[in-house]
Amino acid sequence: MSAFDLVIRLVYLAVATCFVLGLHLMNSPVTARRGNLLSAAAMAAGVAATAVVLVHAATVRPWAWAALAAGAALGSGAGLLLARRVRMTAMPQLVSLFNAVGGGAAALIGVHDFTLHVSGTHGASLPVVLDVLIGAVTFSGSLVAAGKLQGVVPSHPILFPGARALTAVLVLAMAGASILLLTGNGGLAAFAVLAVAALGFGVSMVAPIGGADMPVVISLLNAFTGTAVAMAGFALGNGVLITAGALVGASGTILTKLMADAMNRSLTAIIAGGFGTGDDKPIEGPAG
Amino acid sequence: MSVQLFADLSVFVLSLLLGFEVIGRVPTTLHTPLMSAANAVHGIVLAGALLITLSADDALGYALVFVTAAFAAMNVVGGYVVTDRMLEMFRPPRGEPR
Repeated sequence: MSAFDLVIRLVYLAVATCFVLGLHLMNSPVTARRGNLLSAAAMAAGVAATAVVLVHAATVRPWAWAALAAGAALGSGAGLLLARRVRMTAMPQLVSLFNAVGGGAAALIGVHDFTLHVSGTHGASLPVVLDVLIGAVTFSGSLVAAGKLQGVVPSHPILFPGARALTAVLVLAMAGASILLLTGNGGLAAFAVLAVAALGFGVSMVAPIGGADMPVVISLLNAFTGTAVAMAGFALGNGVLITAGALVGASGTILTKLMADAMNRSLTAIIAGGFGTGDDKPIEGPAG
Repeated sequence: MSVQLFADLSVFVLSLLLGFEVIGRVPTTLHTPLMSAANAVHGIVLAGALLITLSADDALGYALVFVTAAFAAMNVVGGYVVTDRMLEMFRPPRGEPR
């Protein structure tokens, strides 16, 4: 390992440590804000270290630099504007929107990886398949969840005849395309089927769930995005993406359960109810 | 399985276990800010967006870099700013040192 690699890896290790400490500080209202700032500082360091890697490699094409700079500037500006301007009451749907674009970014990293090899072997590695699958489900699912809270999409459970059959078809399409890609027998078509079916599945998963359960669903999709980011980390061979993604995937899952418990709802009832297994009636809590 | 992949897999599993434990004591009032904070953390995908520029060398590649960077940057910047706004509500009353 060269001295340069060593320094970058040490920075990544510090970044991962600060993410863990930052989340841990969120356990108490007194330290929560400090935790978020620590996490933000770690994020800045991690992105800066990665930028140094790009400069050091010196193989990035000028147009790629331009695309990167323009995209980052546009995204930062939009994120900052939305986060500053939005009303306090509209924050959950904004978090869902940010979660959607995060999942979308993770999925696109998988797409990019696939396009690099598309002319050669007709297949994709397990991390790439999972990255695109989970990332696409999160992208469309989070957009629907945000739409429901914002009132763009009807917030009541959207149920129609054949919805369960449609979901089953989408699951079969995702499974079939994944198997083709993993065994090296799939090409661009299988990859497209995978992505489109996953996008459809995100919609068909969230649409039948009522607006009152959306915070729990957003938290679950947040955990999904974490997992997708970890898969992108495997595809790129980058440890900090793996660590941070797994951390969010696991803590997001626990948080989802805590939120469901606090709302006196069962997580399986919310998700299964979404698939039309009889959760249209409100659940009777102990306190009425 | 390569040594590198095995190391990555070990880190993945241990990070999952750490994630299960790290927020165990969070009070109900902090559920939404914590969700938002975790949402900001997976914005590290921005580092991934940077890394794909290394292999982008055609129009499709540049377009993917642009959209991925825009999405990821929005996730990071928006995520942290909105979390900070939520947590502002928990700060001590005015006059007290922070």
